[in-house]
Amino acid sequence: MYPKVGISLVTIFEKLGHQVVIADAPACCGQPAFNSGYWDEARLVAVKVLEHLKDAEVIVIPSGSCGAMLKVFYQELFTGTEHEAAAAELASKVHEFSSFLVNQLGVTDLGAEFPHTVTFHDGCHGLRELGNKLPPRQLLANVRGLELVEMDAAETCCGFGGTFSAKFPAISTAMAEVKCASALDTKTEYIVSCDSSCLMQIQGLASRQGQPLKTIHLAEILARA
Amino acid sequence: MTSPASQFTTDAGRVAPDLRHRGIIQAAMGKYETVRDQRKKWFQDWEGARNLAARTKFEAVNHLDRYLEEFVSKLEARGTKVHWASTSAQAREIIFSILREKDAKVVVKSKAMTSEEIHLNAAMAEAGYEVVESDLGEFIVQLREEAPYHLVFPAMHLTRGDIKETFEDKLHITSSDNPEDLTMVARRVLREKYLQADVGITGANFAVAETGMISITENEGNARLTAALPKTMITLVGIEKVLPRITDLALFLPMLAVMGTGQALTCYNTMYGGPRQADEADGPEEFHVVLLDNHRTSLLADAEQRDALGCIRCGACLNVCPIFKNIGGHTYSTTYGGPIGSVITPHLRGLTQWKHLSDASSLCGACTETCPVKIDLHHHLLQNRRNGAKLKPSLFQKTAFKLFAPVANVRVLWSLTTQLSRIGMKVRGLVNGSIIDPAHAWTKTRELPPIAPQSFREWWKERQ
Repeated sequence: MYPKVGISLVTIFEKLGHQVVIADAPACCGQPAFNSGYWDEARLVAVKVLEHLKDAEVIVIPSGSCGAMLKVFYQELFTGTEHEAAAAELASKVHEFSSFLVNQLGVTDLGAEFPHTVTFHDGCHGLRELGNKLPPRQLLANVRGLELVEMDAAETCCGFGGTFSAKFPAISTAMAEVKCASALDTKTEYIVSCDSSCLMQIQGLASRQGQPLKTIHLAEILARA
Repeated sequence: MTSPASQFTTDAGRVAPDLRHRGIIQAAMGKYETVRDQRKKWFQDWEGARNLAARTKFEAVNHLDRYLEEFVSKLEARGTKVHWASTSAQAREIIFSILREKDAKVVVKSKAMTSEEIHLNAAMAEAGYEVVESDLGEFIVQLREEAPYHLVFPAMHLTRGDIKETFEDKLHITSSDNPEDLTMVARRVLREKYLQADVGITGANFAVAETGMISITENEGNARLTAALPKTMITLVGIEKVLPRITDLALFLPMLAVMGTGQALTCYNTMYGGPRQADEADGPEEFHVVLLDNHRTSLLADAEQRDALGCIRCGACLNVCPIFKNIGGHTYSTTYGGPIGSVITPHLRGLTQWKHLSDASSLCGACTETCPVKIDLHHHLLQNRRNGAKLKPSLFQKTAFKLFAPVANVRVLWSLTTQLSRIGMKVRGLVNGSIIDPAHAWTKTRELPPIAPQSFREWWKERQ
């Protein structure tokens, strides 16, 4: 649903002189089954991910949520199984995209330009499982023409939560309303995040309610020369 | 009978969109976070304090046998009668036998979540006792025949206008809606009750093993009056409340105040060590301590989740929880609401009946981040989900995830699914948001993004 995020990543890494390989890994990390409590079913997908990614030097994921699944929860999922060591090795090579740029490559300025006011939404997994608070902001700070206005509820969950959003739609929607209200208070044009799933939730509500909010993934901004 | 899970869904569906409720809770919580964060800075090293608190509680819980024995022997040495209750029913029976022995008619209570847990008030009322809650918030919700809304703020969901109306309806006392005036109404009613009461029942914030003392922390002085005026005092305390040393309170009392209410310390912090001694001027003639298990030992037996016994009931996890703030305390229908309640209720009351509380979370982790004793709350919710799916799998979900695996794993199948989805989404678009929309759960309140005409993989292939 969000091909632009992947395309932006390719653009950014090629600009930085890296060779990008798109793994032929499964189309999903298995988090929906894992979070729903169906760990055996989650492993059906996750073992394939381990297999396909075992030779990669570095794995960069433009999502705090999927990133946390591979980096944190796979280790839990495979504890006590034959894949325990492989999960630990994978964890050491997996990086969320903004933290990879800043903490691994030392890049904070990609020469991007985006002449708009934005506010940033911290995705919960990126923030609390991966501790990724500063890198996205350091990257935004160097985008030409961009002005970041923090919202009060930057760290408050948008209410997506995977299958939670469909299992408890009323709660999920109320959470999105709280998030959007806080973003609207900043009077900015865009909500930026490192997670497409959060943005789908936020944009989904804002569009339905006719709110003047647009969402964009951080990678899409950074890819704009 | 409606199952707890479907009751929960119904109540959540009613409260979550209720903007008045949302506004009241947001206003009530508005200053809490700011003040809490200011007070946290008064600690030299807040993270260090959290680590120490987690270690201390874990030590206490891991050696519960030893510390409880020490606690009991010190209490008994000063003439306190100690009772052990394995279940709610036993705890109620112990308390009733004391009430019968004392020929009690009026009982005054200070705040005790353990008494909510064993449904003591309803049982006492049914047995014909007059029971009065003395904590202001508890007093108000008792008048309204409601359960406490929040561990620390039982009447958080009410405005002063609501409280004024409650006093008029139930006490037939007219007052302004000024908080001081409302408090004076409660005070006048309660003073009478303290004098009439034959027995006072309290909870406990901590049980200090080293000195055999109950520690109660409060803001209204009502626990002191409950303990001091009636001739008999009963304290109902969960076995997990034990702390090894009296010096541990130097950490836990300010920590509880900061996280509970944003105060540096609460107004009254009292230690109760036994009934009135020969050389003492006041205090109860008899002091009973009822130690409550009620499935705490099954939580203790769970190596993954036993850190949840370290909970000091500060309510901080509720205060930061976006679920709690949107569905409110009563929707949980449990004694302990919010994240900690969702974690421990399956252990206290059964996983099959109460697993839905662990499902009703976006797993955002704000609870774990704030917990002063570092309980791994949101990961425990994941474990409850896993345990629940093992115990009683949902055939639909199990099948769906099984079928999903080959689709995700095999490229051709995934591409085919994507193609079909493009068509499916176009057809679905005709009924977008309506009740026959297969994605109704989402589209009733939110738009779905279109499936991109060209996927990333298709783009990549074309580019190669």
